[in-house]
Amino acid sequence: MRIVYFLLSLSITLIVIVLLSSGFGKAPPFGDFLSPQHGFWQNAEPVKKDYSADLEIPYIAHNTEIYFDDRLVPHIFAEDESDALFAQGYLHAKFRLWQMEFQTFAASGRLSEILGPGPDSAILNNDRNMRRLGMVYGAKISLSEMEKDRTTKNQLDAYTKGVNYFIEHLTQAELPLEYKLLNYVPEKWSNLKTAYLLKYLSFDLTGSEFDIENTNAKSYFTEEVFKKMYPIWNQSSSPVIPAGTYFPPASDSVSAPSTADSLYFQWKHAVNVQTIKTDKDNGSNNWVAGGSKTLSGRPILCNDPHLGLNLPSLWYEIQITTPQYSVYGASLPGAPSVVIGFNDNIAWGVTNAARDVIDFYRIVFNGSDRSQYWLNNEWKKADLNIEKYKMKDGAVYIDSVAYTVFGPVMYDDHFSGKGRVKSNINLAIRWMAHEPSNELKALTLLNRAKNYEDYEEAIKYFSCPGQNFAFASKSGDIALWQQGKFPNKWNMQGDFIMPGTDTSYNWKSFIPQAENPHIVNPERGYVSSANQVPADTTYPYYLGGDYDVYRGLQINRMLEIMDGITTEDMQRLQNDNYNAFAEAAVPYMIQHLREDALTPQEKKYLEALRAWNYRNDNEQTGPTIFVNWFDIFEEMIWLDELGRQPGPSRMPDEPTLIEALKSDSIFEFTDDVNTPEKETVDDIATRSFRKVCIKLTSLEKEGRLTWSKYKDSGIRHLLRLEPLSRFHLNTGGGRNVINATQQFKGPSWKMIVQLTDSTEAYGIYPGGQNGNAGSRHYDEFVGDWAEGKYYRLWHMKKEQSGDKRVSSVLKFLPAFK
Amino acid sequence: MKFFVSLLVTGLLAFACGLYLPWWSVAVAAFVVSSIIYQPPLRSFLTGFCAILLLWYGLILKINADNQNILVEKVSLIMGMGGSFLLLIISCVIGAIAGGLGALTGSFFRKMF
Repeated sequence: MRIVYFLLSLSITLIVIVLLSSGFGKAPPFGDFLSPQHGFWQNAEPVKKDYSADLEIPYIAHNTEIYFDDRLVPHIFAEDESDALFAQGYLHAKFRLWQMEFQTFAASGRLSEILGPGPDSAILNNDRNMRRLGMVYGAKISLSEMEKDRTTKNQLDAYTKGVNYFIEHLTQAELPLEYKLLNYVPEKWSNLKTAYLLKYLSFDLTGSEFDIENTNAKSYFTEEVFKKMYPIWNQSSSPVIPAGTYFPPASDSVSAPSTADSLYFQWKHAVNVQTIKTDKDNGSNNWVAGGSKTLSGRPILCNDPHLGLNLPSLWYEIQITTPQYSVYGASLPGAPSVVIGFNDNIAWGVTNAARDVIDFYRIVFNGSDRSQYWLNNEWKKADLNIEKYKMKDGAVYIDSVAYTVFGPVMYDDHFSGKGRVKSNINLAIRWMAHEPSNELKALTLLNRAKNYEDYEEAIKYFSCPGQNFAFASKSGDIALWQQGKFPNKWNMQGDFIMPGTDTSYNWKSFIPQAENPHIVNPERGYVSSANQVPADTTYPYYLGGDYDVYRGLQINRMLEIMDGITTEDMQRLQNDNYNAFAEAAVPYMIQHLREDALTPQEKKYLEALRAWNYRNDNEQTGPTIFVNWFDIFEEMIWLDELGRQPGPSRMPDEPTLIEALKSDSIFEFTDDVNTPEKETVDDIATRSFRKVCIKLTSLEKEGRLTWSKYKDSGIRHLLRLEPLSRFHLNTGGGRNVINATQQFKGPSWKMIVQLTDSTEAYGIYPGGQNGNAGSRHYDEFVGDWAEGKYYRLWHMKKEQSGDKRVSSVLKFLPAFK
Repeated sequence: MKFFVSLLVTGLLAFACGLYLPWWSVAVAAFVVSSIIYQPPLRSFLTGFCAILLLWYGLILKINADNQNILVEKVSLIMGMGGSFLLLIISCVIGAIAGGLGALTGSFFRKMF
């Protein structure tokens, strides 16, 4: 009898333990998750946590010290670069492991493995998009190129060892919160994962192409109309390289294939593919004022890349000091070195070049097995790559992708992007990120660059995503190169889908690096870029693409008039809320408004708009009225025509519309083709204004008419978990404004560096150094960032180790094996 | 007296086990203690239950105090619980049930000899 009681009790105990150790649906295993010695409670760090420790590590050669300051920025002091990068890998893992691994899963199409396929298979679809785009293919090519270079290979190896040293010594209690929530554990890091991360940046920053949408527009509109809707040059543009700069003739020439007219320009078919692409508003600002324009007589360099704002942040602030160099700036968790920063001699910053480096080719397969495709008048074998997708529940989804001379066939019978319909075309993608390249070498060389020549040499290694590299040195040089490897295209090559049956449509050559747009120590005393067109139409190569207009215009206007500039002036400029687009659009729109048709309530909004000073400041109502009015206005202008165009379409750019209206009094698009009457601009302006007033009234009732309330900025957790995000920030700025703070994207790292003998640098990003939501350092910069404040960046010297800003000291000591 | 000694020893052993072993080691600790220091089944259960309840409650209070409740508030929202106190109680009760059952089994085990 007693044994029965015992066995019964034992069984119940075991069952309860097993149940509490298994996850149900989305819930983590309760026992593991809720135990104060293992579960999430262990992630609740003491607010006064000291990160000091002495670790004996077999992989390092010399004593290495890491001083954390009061903002938890690590200052690494190492005797050689390998030790320094080992330490960087260790720190990235210690503070950002989950995010860096998660992002490599996103990049390599493996999110379904940890999140499941998602509702309507949306996550799986996204994963397939990444693999079909050739992210894994590109990363492997890039890794092999990087590892061919002995120095880069050593740097990657040291970094990877640092990450893995942390992972190997990670206990269940120390596992980052997100792993506990999703119930999985980290894999070992590898150099390939770093390559994935770098490709992910390319994915994020090369979305400036509309080949499919343009092809559909071309299938419906005449050439003349198409050019009006999507012009390649905008009159208001203030190019990166000042207009009027002399460019020598192109040393490399290309011409369109003889069949281009019939097979390319006159090919009028519509495509039902819906691309999954990143927001084209992924922009950035950078500029340098030379000594002639600053109070100190030394250059001041500024940079603020605008990217999706997430928690944990994309950036991790770091100082790396070795006997050869001492660099400070923003690093990318998952990759060695500093991406944007400064050292004892120079500073650099980047913005996206926004050039079109993605083209599509229509492939003709011999039958549905996709094993052969028609090329140059014969059937050619396609390599079929099997892609396996593991789901969270263990199920496996199998997909296959055909590879051609152009690249992977991203869209075919089995995949049409976001859409769930069968694709009516096979499209191979040619993408610059598939080319062998070693961007990391550019960054590591910049980290140690001492002068303009070093900078020029360093950036040559940067192929993709093309960037505007702004530069300043203590010796007084300022410069800006638009650097990247860009295909040399004939006029309008790749603006539409190209024939994939003939290699003469393939990219033939690349623009010689020395002929990339650049400017060094210009007369005007400053350089700048803000994703606008790199050069005017005298640049001898085809630039195509799709460029921002107003931020660059406003930056150049301001820098032109500024003088005796200080770092405070630069902070004000980065936080400037002036909306140059509104300045161009509002007077025109008001002028065409029939005021007598408005009700008193509507007139009230009109008066508010009229009183607006074009500043997107937090408490203004003008920007809310304007952006909503313009949205409806442009929809009324374009959507009637676009609605008749088959397949996914693209709304023409804002500046295009305003410029066209101003210069063309009988702009045919103002007519609503769905009504018998012939509408004019006045009709559309009035109709759209009356319509927007309905929305404005309800916004006002909700107390959301002021700009910051309407915009409602926030920083979201990567898993979109609300309690781990920061919402309802009080911020100004927005699109077309230097302070590019939109709802969920904006200045992701604001940096100002004055290159005086003792560097004076400021910076901030909307996040915190510790990726752990249970740390006070998780989001500690967010409030100051929203207010437009900066932190003085401390480029620490070794002899300052006793400084009161040092909060913890982590020491790595070589262990004897 | 036995109750308090068992309570204390269970708590200490469970804490030590928790440093090196998985969360369910609290049940093992309670099992071991109650099979060595014999108490009738019901009282054993109660001892194990209370020992882990108090241990976890104490650990969590300390964690929350040091952390100024930053994380407990976030996680209770993620778990869809009204307040952070509920999360604390649920955590402690889960540990306590495991501890209680472990101790109960220990008591029955001891009774066999």
